[in-house]
Amino acid sequence: MKTSGIIAAVAALAMSATAAFAEFKPAVVFDMGGKFDKSFNEGVFNGVEKFKAETGVEYAEFEVTNPSQREQALRNFARRGHDPILAIGFAQAEALSKVAAEYPDTRFAIIDMFVDLPNVQSIEFKEHEGSFLVGMLAGLASQTGKVGFVGGMDIPLIRKFACGYVQGVKAANAEAEVFQNMTGTTPAAWNDPVRGGELAKSQFDSGADVIYAAAGGTGLGVLQTAADEGKLSIGVDSNQNHLHPGSVLTSMLKRVDVAAYETFKSGMDDTWKPGSQILGLAEDGVGWALDDNNSSLITDDMKAAVEKAQADIIAGTISVHNYMSDNSCPD
Amino acid sequence: MEALSFFALIVDSAIRLSVPLIFAALAGLYSERSGVFDIGLEGKMLAGAFAAGTVAALTGSPWVGLFGAIVISVVFAVVHGLASITYRGNQIVSGVAINIVAAGLTVLLGQTWFQQGGRTPQLPSEARFLPINLPFAETLAEVPIVGQIYSEVISGHNILVYIAIAAVFATHWVVYSSRFGLRLRAVGENPSAVDTAGISVVWLRYRAVIICGVLCGFAGAYLAIAQSAGFIKDMSAGKGFIALAALIFANWRPRAVLLTCLLFGFLDAVAIRLQGANVPGIGEVPVQFMQALPYILTVVLLAGFIGKATPPKAGGVPYVKER
Repeated sequence: MKTSGIIAAVAALAMSATAAFAEFKPAVVFDMGGKFDKSFNEGVFNGVEKFKAETGVEYAEFEVTNPSQREQALRNFARRGHDPILAIGFAQAEALSKVAAEYPDTRFAIIDMFVDLPNVQSIEFKEHEGSFLVGMLAGLASQTGKVGFVGGMDIPLIRKFACGYVQGVKAANAEAEVFQNMTGTTPAAWNDPVRGGELAKSQFDSGADVIYAAAGGTGLGVLQTAADEGKLSIGVDSNQNHLHPGSVLTSMLKRVDVAAYETFKSGMDDTWKPGSQILGLAEDGVGWALDDNNSSLITDDMKAAVEKAQADIIAGTISVHNYMSDNSCPD
Repeated sequence: MEALSFFALIVDSAIRLSVPLIFAALAGLYSERSGVFDIGLEGKMLAGAFAAGTVAALTGSPWVGLFGAIVISVVFAVVHGLASITYRGNQIVSGVAINIVAAGLTVLLGQTWFQQGGRTPQLPSEARFLPINLPFAETLAEVPIVGQIYSEVISGHNILVYIAIAAVFATHWVVYSSRFGLRLRAVGENPSAVDTAGISVVWLRYRAVIICGVLCGFAGAYLAIAQSAGFIKDMSAGKGFIALAALIFANWRPRAVLLTCLLFGFLDAVAIRLQGANVPGIGEVPVQFMQALPYILTVVLLAGFIGKATPPKAGGVPYVKER
């Protein structure tokens, strides 16, 4: 009697799971840093919120707070019939390849990494191109000829930002000196604004007057320090110009919001395709932000120079070296 | 000249980084000297930081924020006191509980009140403690060495930094020269003797624990509204434990606490400044090594010198009047 009761319950559960499978239930797994990092994760959050507002479809979400949760979160979503499941950040690649192999009928997508499975869509960005443009702006805006870069965790992806930035700075001012620092070697480096602020202070003290922060939540400390010291900073991923108007020179936009929105939208319209997508300047996947908050900092000459470089990169006459292609940077 | 100004900048940064350690280590000193072990420094600091960020965001005043931090931190301290003095519970367990509650509660309340992922709203500069330039700092900056040290190292910190240094010497006076200090030391060594002299052990220990709470409030406020512009989850990042290590390393003596905290802050500052720098004769030092250096040195120092550390004798033992 008891056993049959349990069997019935399990069957009912299984039925409800299958029934749920029919409706469209997207899910997103944010990475460490959190969805309100005002940067990378928040960009994704804005994209999926836009999707929700437009379609009225609720999505499930999870914020990873320690590395072991990634696989659990992805597997839980897959088991509960969520589809498509969007994983944010390079660090989820390993967990995703495992879970995606276990659930071949579920559609997965990952931002910032390539996972070679038939049910995974990999979305990557040409951050070096966007960083090149903000690097040019930094080089043109700098009075001292010295500029800085503060990265988050020391990984090839962040080196790619740094490398593109350096090339941009040199393109604007061949004599310029670029200071580079990484915040740390663990994921905690994405969320340490105090350390970010100290690194920025040390670069300002050495003479830099523009600092590019590619460091998630840590970058907020860099931007804050720049505002306190009356120097310039460059935001990353989302448009961060509004955080300290008049002090944030520009932001390197990485349109993760568009990517996240498109993933869910194509999933719903059944136009979703697995495989690799690499979004650069030509695809509007990266860019630089110009709005009321920073228009007074960008002169017409700077704007013209950057727009020309942008056109040249799209046309292929300027090629920006991608650090991740050979794990090294010229210079 | 170049080397001097580089060194001055490192010291400047070391001072900024060691201030929360100084406050927290002094807080622990009062508590532990009275015989109450406190590994909840971290939690009290975090709760204080959250309170400071919240109150400063709502009122726009750093002083009210600091007051809020002190109140919340004292509340946590009294809970610890209640558990370990009145109810004679295990002091370590109570301290761990405070750390866990603080870590969870700050994020939960922050998320409920501000919907920014446990962060408090970013503070405008008038709601923070800003650097104060001491008189003549600008003019003296031109004077070699002395002027440079004055303008780079001594001037240009926020008010809490000066309070921290003052607190060290005030603590030294209180512990070694005041009647309260004499009794404080006695109650940590031999509470029954203090009791025989007709002094309440319980009330003495409560006062020590409350002072501990006040100082942790300062440490938290420094993190949230002086060093940063708002509370961020887990922003104390283990500083409470490093402060505890500094306290042990300093052998529970106030002026030695100042030195060890400055040393730990200095190592951290060196790790930040020397990142990617070329050291003569060695070449570029790997980032990872520079970041591990403070920890390696801490372990080496602790292993080498801790044999002489003598904690208060009655530490960790609840006082029972009659057996």
